[in-house]
Amino acid sequence: MRTDLPVETGEYALGSGDTPGYGRMAPAEVDLSHGVILYLEDVTVEFDGFRALNRLSLDIGVGELRCIIGPNGAGKTTMMDVITGKTRPGAGRVYFGQNYDLTGMSEASIAHAGIGRKFQRPTVFEHHTVFENLELALKTDKSVWPTLFARLTGSERERIEKTVELLRLQPQMHQLAGLLSHGQKQWLEIGMLLMQEPRLLLLDEPVAGMTDAETERTAELFLALKGQHSLMVVEHDMDFVGAIAGDGKVTVLCEGSVLAEGSMQAVQNDPKVIEVYLGR
Amino acid sequence: MTKSISISTGSDPGQSARVRTEFPSVSGSFSGARTGLFSARAYGAILTVAAVLALLPALNLILPEAHALYVPDYTVSLLGKFLCFALAALALDLVWGYAGILSLGHGLFFALGGYAHGMYLMRASTPTPQALPEFMVFLSWKEIPWFWSFTEYAPYAWLLALVAPGLLAFVFGYFAFRSRITGVYFSIITQALTFAAMLLFFRNETGFGGNNGFTGFKTILGFDITSAQTRAGLYWVSLMALLGCLLLARAITQSKLGRVLTAIRDAESRMRFLGYEPLGFKLFVWTVSAMMCGLAGALYVTQVGIINPSEMSPENSIEMVVWVATGGRGTLVGPIIGAGTVNALKTWFTSAFPEYWLYALGLLFVLVTVLLPQGIVGLARKLLQRKQERLA
Repeated sequence: MRTDLPVETGEYALGSGDTPGYGRMAPAEVDLSHGVILYLEDVTVEFDGFRALNRLSLDIGVGELRCIIGPNGAGKTTMMDVITGKTRPGAGRVYFGQNYDLTGMSEASIAHAGIGRKFQRPTVFEHHTVFENLELALKTDKSVWPTLFARLTGSERERIEKTVELLRLQPQMHQLAGLLSHGQKQWLEIGMLLMQEPRLLLLDEPVAGMTDAETERTAELFLALKGQHSLMVVEHDMDFVGAIAGDGKVTVLCEGSVLAEGSMQAVQNDPKVIEVYLGR
Repeated sequence: MTKSISISTGSDPGQSARVRTEFPSVSGSFSGARTGLFSARAYGAILTVAAVLALLPALNLILPEAHALYVPDYTVSLLGKFLCFALAALALDLVWGYAGILSLGHGLFFALGGYAHGMYLMRASTPTPQALPEFMVFLSWKEIPWFWSFTEYAPYAWLLALVAPGLLAFVFGYFAFRSRITGVYFSIITQALTFAAMLLFFRNETGFGGNNGFTGFKTILGFDITSAQTRAGLYWVSLMALLGCLLLARAITQSKLGRVLTAIRDAESRMRFLGYEPLGFKLFVWTVSAMMCGLAGALYVTQVGIINPSEMSPENSIEMVVWVATGGRGTLVGPIIGAGTVNALKTWFTSAFPEYWLYALGLLFVLVTVLLPQGIVGLARKLLQRKQERLA
């Protein structure tokens, strides 16, 4: 009966046991001069002869909201794992902006460089209030002494309150997070990601298990984030993708590479896509 | 055993749905509107209790024995002891209640503090500061061992009573936390540590009086250690130490660091993902707790006049856990109440039915775990809440 669940460590363990707290590092600002925040070029990942990713190439622009869809086993989660450093590609290049080669970085340093990932299962601190959850996530010096004497500045408090507002959790601001509904916990977790000021947000099936109303609300939230943050959303729910994609690009993955890319409408009418995925 | 394990772990996710509303959380109320350490009402209650406790030795000194309000010597020395136990329980709650680290070896830190101060008391009781304490003469040692250097100076001994447990806790904690030893595994190691230390201190060669330990203290800072005035003074010092540590513990748990600790208790790996390195935070609170426990031990030994290796026996450490659980884990005030209650019960029991005390202790632990998972404070809170609901 250990306090750290194996499930949790599986999702959150950051590389080897001795990674230093990345709260103390001061990485260089990501170079976005070419207007592109993420490049994947000919990325290949093999597991025991099975090609999870097969010469995958993809790029995401600054401020873009990109939806990734594809049938099971298309390589969506593996792609996220490669970007966050959980899986090392066998071949290919992965760049964050112009200056970060992600293939050589640890999970912690990737997170600290500005890539935030939200996992499918929400993990919020249930015995802390919504406000305190966001306060803990706030980007600041996270070593022992500064934390002991930390006082929230006015602008930090304002940022937390603004995020609460964005998440529409004002009535629950001082309630324990454990009392939130599943959807609200998902939003809180997204809020916690936002407090860390990531440049790129990776969201893995964010509306799984949500009610229709919550799904709708999540779509609004993502549209509000678009422009300020670059987002990459992996999702099965077609209605949801339709709601957030707008005129933006949708990428269809199949068997480890890009099958089609374009607006939601173009993708939906693509015969190849219909064959492998939509038209089943 | 399974029951005791289930309360020992920081958070049992399976149970969280049930206990989440009643969990003694530092973060239960409004972090936004937090100003002082305690609410005005809590301050009032704490100061009232402290004032009453502070009055008792005064009544002992001033009033004649025949007076109705006279407090016997026995009561003063008993309560003085309880104050030290309460301080140890407070220290344990800091790590167990707030960081989810269950120590079954806090008796070691308590005893180390006691031994450190006992060294000074032994030196102060010899005719000259350079004379050998009695047990060394008995072992026909020719000179004072190096690790007894400077112990003739009281301030050095006081420092040692804090630094020795603190240093041991720091080194032990560093390796244990760095290896990510948590939960029951950590508890078992602390238990083994105190047992090993006990065996070490039992040896005459270790240089701390073997199984007899230290006793026969005569003076402290030139005062007669057995006089009623000195006893009252020690009692007041213990009370001040307890109050000071309560405020310090409250300040720590109410700070952002306190919220980080409870978050580490609930989901350690998630905190790592947020950019916190749990090692430093755990090490901090673990060391502070050990030092508090050392202070409690130093005050205790001065008042009871004896320290020997049996203070390091695992039973003592387990008893401390029972104090905390009975009073209410994660509440700071609860363990103080728990230490008082359980020890009052023990005092009565060991005079009425001496052979049954251990059974009673076991029964108490089982009953508290089953019926009062949040201890006395949790029960009081629940009753208060029910009363308010009825009024509303």
